[in-house]
Amino acid sequence: MALDKATVARIAALARIKLPPSEQEPLARELSAILGWIEQLGEVDTAGIEPMSSGAALRLPMREDEITDGDCRDKILVNAPAAERGFFTVPKVVE
Amino acid sequence: MAALTDLTIAEARDGLAARKFSARELAEAHIAAMVRARPLNAYLVETPERALAMAAASDARIARGEALPMDGMPLAIKDLFCTEGVLTTAGSRILAGFAPPYESTVTGKLWQAGAVMLGKVNMDEFAMGSSNATCAHGAVENPWRRPGDNRPLVPGGSSGGSAAAVAARAAIAATGTDTGGSIRQPASFCGIVGMKPTYGRCSRWGIVAFASSLDQAGPMTRSVRDAAIMLKAMAGHDPKDSTSAPLPVPDFEAALTGEIKGLRIGIPREYRIEGMPAEIEALWQRGIDWIKAAGAEPIEISLKLTKYALPAYYIIAPAEASSNLARYDGVRFGLRVPGQSLDEMYENTRAEGFGPEVRRRILIGTYVLSAGYYDAYYLKAQQVRTLIARDFAAAFERCDALLTPTAPSAAFALGEKQDDPIAMYLNDVFTVPVNLAGLPGISVPAGLSAEGLPLGLQVIGRAFDEATVLRVGGVIESAAGFAARPALPPGDG
Amino acid sequence: MAALVEGRTGAWEVVIGLEVHAQIISRAKLFSGAATAFGAEPNTQVSTVDAAFPGMLPVINRHCVEQAVRTGLGLDAEINLVSVFDRKNYFYADLPAGYQISQYSRPIVGKGKLSLDLPDGSSREIGITRLHLEQDAGKSLHDQHPTLTYVDLNRAGVALMEIVSEPDIRSAEEAGAYLRKLRSILRYLGTCDGNMEEGSLRCDCNVSVRRPGAALGTRCEIKNVNSIRFVMQAIEYEARRQIEVIEEGGTVKQETRLFDAGRGVTRPMRSKEEAHDYRYFPDPDLLPLTLDPAWVEGLRRALPELPDAKKARFIAAYKLSPNDAGVLVGEQSSADYFEMVAKGRDPKLAANWVMVELYGVLNRLGLGIERPPVSAAALGELIDLIVDGTLSGRLAKDVFAAMVETGKSAAALVEERGLKQVTDSAAIAGAIDAILAAEAGKVAEYRAGKEKLFGYFVGQVMKATGGKANPALVNEALRRKLAG
Repeated sequence: MALDKATVARIAALARIKLPPSEQEPLARELSAILGWIEQLGEVDTAGIEPMSSGAALRLPMREDEITDGDCRDKILVNAPAAERGFFTVPKVVE
Repeated sequence: MAALTDLTIAEARDGLAARKFSARELAEAHIAAMVRARPLNAYLVETPERALAMAAASDARIARGEALPMDGMPLAIKDLFCTEGVLTTAGSRILAGFAPPYESTVTGKLWQAGAVMLGKVNMDEFAMGSSNATCAHGAVENPWRRPGDNRPLVPGGSSGGSAAAVAARAAIAATGTDTGGSIRQPASFCGIVGMKPTYGRCSRWGIVAFASSLDQAGPMTRSVRDAAIMLKAMAGHDPKDSTSAPLPVPDFEAALTGEIKGLRIGIPREYRIEGMPAEIEALWQRGIDWIKAAGAEPIEISLKLTKYALPAYYIIAPAEASSNLARYDGVRFGLRVPGQSLDEMYENTRAEGFGPEVRRRILIGTYVLSAGYYDAYYLKAQQVRTLIARDFAAAFERCDALLTPTAPSAAFALGEKQDDPIAMYLNDVFTVPVNLAGLPGISVPAGLSAEGLPLGLQVIGRAFDEATVLRVGGVIESAAGFAARPALPPGDG
Repeated sequence: MAALVEGRTGAWEVVIGLEVHAQIISRAKLFSGAATAFGAEPNTQVSTVDAAFPGMLPVINRHCVEQAVRTGLGLDAEINLVSVFDRKNYFYADLPAGYQISQYSRPIVGKGKLSLDLPDGSSREIGITRLHLEQDAGKSLHDQHPTLTYVDLNRAGVALMEIVSEPDIRSAEEAGAYLRKLRSILRYLGTCDGNMEEGSLRCDCNVSVRRPGAALGTRCEIKNVNSIRFVMQAIEYEARRQIEVIEEGGTVKQETRLFDAGRGVTRPMRSKEEAHDYRYFPDPDLLPLTLDPAWVEGLRRALPELPDAKKARFIAAYKLSPNDAGVLVGEQSSADYFEMVAKGRDPKLAANWVMVELYGVLNRLGLGIERPPVSAAALGELIDLIVDGTLSGRLAKDVFAAMVETGKSAAALVEERGLKQVTDSAAIAGAIDAILAAEAGKVAEYRAGKEKLFGYFVGQVMKATGGKANPALVNEALRRKLAG
């Protein structure tokens, strides 16, 4: 399926990746080529086949309800590009 | 005696035990080799002080007669593994300056086993690539050259820095990760052994995620025995990873009996792909002859959906990646590029922080998961994945292991295949199905191409049967007697 | 039944569905070992998993799964033995991973129901669509700095149950009753403390209006309303607003709105409402959650008696009115208190004392019944003193007040203050004789037919005995003596 510029722009916005308008066209072409190649999957009959979403064929393991982590604010904030008074900070959001 | 940097893990272990040299000397030799290998751009971070301190601890244990399985072994660590207090960037600008406050389970186990850390090695950004040609921190060069041609070649990828460092004798071994062939393909390109264990054999905790249902860590070494020793140290159940298998880890080294008589080795018909170079075909045939000579029985099998593995992979892996990489948003770690609003800050940060291939895959992944396309792409790919896994399961009812080429070509030159993403993706045609099915696979150097470059053969096994994979790999290794050395470092006699 | 709202152009039916986010009571978070306590310093209850550091992985908390299943059982719902965790992808400052782990296509709990107790004593069933497990997000503070939003991740990763109702609710009152009932069930089960001020229970309201019997109208979602009163106000306002929009010839726009509690109005969210595309897919870091049927059965057997069953039992066993029973079972602790008081005593008397006297005091002092100023045992003793004639009802109220004040037992106060009721017939007869002698004129009037003077004589006798005379005995002796 061919992607148009608008779709590429919409996906880029959804993925929060700034995309200059000049790059929309070439990217649309590139992604369309990849998707076109991917679409050969349509040749496979998958009616009634369960999807395989994990590499592991296990039962989900569970942890006990115990406090074993946290209480390490310095560790959490030390790599932050911006932090103040124990908070991460970001440009102001209006709800 | 051979140079200390030429030793395998098994040989170094014997040498240390016999007090022929110390862990410190072993570390120093590798630190010097690491420095000499700088032109390859394999290492991103060198940690010589740490290496020496760890070696000193190894020497103390050896002196007390308490040597650990990996004591004194100087390793290169792929930059995808979080290493406490040591820069970890996944080969990306977006993680600039990130020093994790924790150690990945796998590297932690290696240090617990006495191994020594030389540094962090380069890779395709977020493990997305098969060449190491477009790394954020500059391309890695393969230490091999075509004879009479000094143009640099790619080491393969994504664990290209790992493969280059091990091939160039700048590490005794390295950790790699393999999502679609990222251990086995560079191992083949660089003439070393690379093993992807069964999904769930090694913990993923602390490894920067690319595609969670496919990622698996494994050893990259210069011998099958070394792979067995190192895998034993890396593997094991980890309660912090819900997909980690709660199974005991066998003594893989003990499985290397050289005895494969009576084993049935499947030869998948569909791997004879159109346009496969004759030399790859010939190498494969030699491999079949070797196992036959060793008393195993090659049988032709069919993996009908082989050709659909790559397109399925290029839906599943980007889809998972698009979500896994959403956390790189400039808020808690790594790069932040300012913006007027929160969304602008996100968009600027992620546009500048991610390279073109990563951006491309995030966009594909976002698209195939988006409303209206999920069933046509993602669900379809997961169903094809089920069928591929069933194909393997059916094959393993008839045979004990499979033998295939690792990659459809030898290493190519930097700059080749750059313009066409799909041509690049085809590098992984023989390795990707193994990840989709979650199976173990190993690449063993088996010969040289007409151009004088290494080529690998791949052995694939049943889930959690790494022992058989290693055993068969060991037989191929012995039969091939691969002794060629890369151009770099220049042989010092 | 469903109240209709009168508009200018006729009657309208309001259709409401509620999505309740209930924080699970647990020590640690849903997928990490960090603590969940309310009110901690910012970012002190955050692990590298909650902050979505590279390479961090989720491992589910068994207790939270158990709480969700118990809640499902308490709502009489289907428990799905296989459920799946999905990622809901969107970017926000307080969503560290860029996705929320939730359950989309296969929730842990399926269809259930909840019965509303209506003021007329009848009940109405509201369908529960589903209950699923998910992570809470962190908290963004927009008012701490002129140009920055502050982000605290303490809440990020805390376990929530999202409980979705069918659009079966028809009025603000019913919505309030639904929330009170749901909260009561959650508290009985101990799966959520129901504290709306601390945000452990939050409600999104889907509201639409239609002509009775017509197809569903366009709905608006009012996000994150944090008290039952506000939910009712928000629905009331929103229904009115939609009716006005339609009656003025407009159409209701499907949108997300916020409730402004200060002004009592709803308004559209200001943030750019881009078309959400959450790109749900199964979380590859987790496997399907499979439950053992025997384990679920064990949880079912161990469930406490829930409000509906308890109410039915109170009506049957204690002969209480549906209203009284409904009030008493609202909280587990008040039901327990009542049962302790009623044990071996007249249940109606017990219910009366609990609901009138005790609740009165609790209201006045602003206390909850979990910490009553008079224990159930102490109130029981007081009632015993009434029944055995030691105290009159009037005196008992005084003694109760003194018990609240001093913490002393009823018996001790009776003793200490000499409040013991006079039941000695000779003493009562003496007092009556003295009064009848002193009031000969009034006696004559009475005997001449002015019978309402009887009350006057009783009053005089009580006054003479300091209120301690047993009123029944006084009545009986007076009648005898006045009869001559």
